[in-house]
Amino acid sequence: MAEPFVKISNISKSYWRGGRQVPVLADIDLVVAEGEFLALMGPSGSGKSTLLNLIAGIDSADTGTIEIGGVETTSLTEAELTAWRSDNVGFIFQFYNLIPVLTALENVELPLVLQGLSRKERKERAAFFLGLVNLSERMEHYPSQLSGGEQQRVAIARAMVTDPSILVADEPTGDLDRHSAEEVLGLMEKLNREFSKVIIMVTHDPRAAEKAHVIRQLEKGYLNASP
Amino acid sequence: MLLLKILFKNAFRHKLRTVLTILGMTIAILAFGILRTVVDAWYAGVEASQANRLITRNAISLMFSLPISYAEKIRQTEGVEKVSWGNWFGAYYKEERNFFANMAVEPKSHLEIVDELVLDPAQKSEYLKDRRGAIAGRKLAARFGWKVGDLITLKGTIYPGDWDFVLKGIYRGRDETVDESVFLFHWDYLNERMKVQNPLEADQAGFYFIEIQSPEMAAAVSERIDAIFKNSLAETLTETERAFQLSFVSMTEAIMMAIQLVSVVVIAIIMAVSANTMAMSVRERLAEYATMRTLGFGAGTVFILIFGESAVITFTGALAGIALTFPAAGLFRSELGQYFPIFIVKGTTIWLDLAAALVVALVSAVVPAFRAATTPINSALRRAV
Repeated sequence: MAEPFVKISNISKSYWRGGRQVPVLADIDLVVAEGEFLALMGPSGSGKSTLLNLIAGIDSADTGTIEIGGVETTSLTEAELTAWRSDNVGFIFQFYNLIPVLTALENVELPLVLQGLSRKERKERAAFFLGLVNLSERMEHYPSQLSGGEQQRVAIARAMVTDPSILVADEPTGDLDRHSAEEVLGLMEKLNREFSKVIIMVTHDPRAAEKAHVIRQLEKGYLNASP
Repeated sequence: MLLLKILFKNAFRHKLRTVLTILGMTIAILAFGILRTVVDAWYAGVEASQANRLITRNAISLMFSLPISYAEKIRQTEGVEKVSWGNWFGAYYKEERNFFANMAVEPKSHLEIVDELVLDPAQKSEYLKDRRGAIAGRKLAARFGWKVGDLITLKGTIYPGDWDFVLKGIYRGRDETVDESVFLFHWDYLNERMKVQNPLEADQAGFYFIEIQSPEMAAAVSERIDAIFKNSLAETLTETERAFQLSFVSMTEAIMMAIQLVSVVVIAIIMAVSANTMAMSVRERLAEYATMRTLGFGAGTVFILIFGESAVITFTGALAGIALTFPAAGLFRSELGQYFPIFIVKGTTIWLDLAAALVVALVSAVVPAFRAATTPINSALRRAV
């Protein structure tokens, strides 16, 4: 039995909309083991992206605690959380969120600027990860010159380049055609298998969720019982 | 390097908007620089004043003159080094629009005191020898195409009639702050003709030009001179050259204030334009800054990127504006030289241009940067959708 890597206890979150408090997540408890590939599913507005943001440290919970790799992220300050994200979290977004004015290589290199590596080391490392996602030939291309699938593969390389302990993916295939979606999911599966990365993926797509080891359903802010 | 690339590329992502903002900044800085130079030109006489020079005039008004006999009494006053005198002549050349500063002065002592006028020794000697001799500044001579030896006839206004002079020399300024558009001739020439034409105006000086031993003595010497002539028929008012020049300029101070205000308003307008450009740019890119924050870049980096972008735009415009200020000032000088004989873009103006650009860059960036750095990441990322 693998050790728990992500431990979420009694997490609640609500937003204020039009002067009214709208609960989004209620008393969520979740454990993700080391090396696990978890898919979070649920209808729109069920709170799955909010839960992912809380895990990734880009949103804060109203109550409860989140512990990732032994660090209680809910007690970190904003600055500590920023530094922690830089070292520990790789992000894959639905709309890739690449920086349009940078080439594929530079986009992958960007997170390494914060790692204190030399320019040569950064370039080599970024090129290696672009090779890993089969984009060695497209390194000097700008995002606008790449297809959606290629952009998402660049985003995956960017997420992996700092060797994070956890990858979070928010609808990574949501904007892709079926073929590209298969490629991206295959790549994520490979990263999980070969690099033992913990992956938490939010998706609507049952075919995408099938790649995960564990699928959890969120409905109206509540997480269904473990399978 | 990557962050610099983002900064520069972002600055020119919306080319038309950026080019228009740069153009606006160029025009604003050009206008600011020229307006500041106009103000400087107006005060040029004040700036060029020497601290060890006094001017004595009639206490009632400059319109009234002083007896020439005062010269000797002033010369004997403690602290006085040299004395010269003169009259504002107020003539024009051929047509009334050809107006320029022209004065009758005691030539030898005048050149000794006003040593910033540089004259060839041979020309100086010729000028001092001939009572009809005159000298003109380099710019004035160039304006009318005068050469040494030319016979020049001026038409008098205060002293009516045609006045013939022989141009004996063309002086240049010791430095660029010296007015090179003045015409000077022998006071004796004027006085002799007045003795014949209008004896009441003979043996009168419009002002005395005094060099004192040291600037610190200015107040004491002024008091001494004025005390000598107290309760006489022509009481004197003695003041430093600077104060004398300022008394002219102060008459137009409201206009100068208005010009300065306009120069500030021009900067305020471009500040609003630049702030609008930055606000639009950052709003469009909020998700990109959020992505960078997600990757671990802090609020400081976001601020630097946005301020840097703002600075690239404003300083590109400002540097173009500064570069254009010099030819524009040259054009101004050639077209309006008779009104602004000293029209120099000063170093202070350039520093003020750069300071204005910095303020515009900062003010334009501060609100968008604050927004980009503080909008919750998840909320900013949703804007990309």
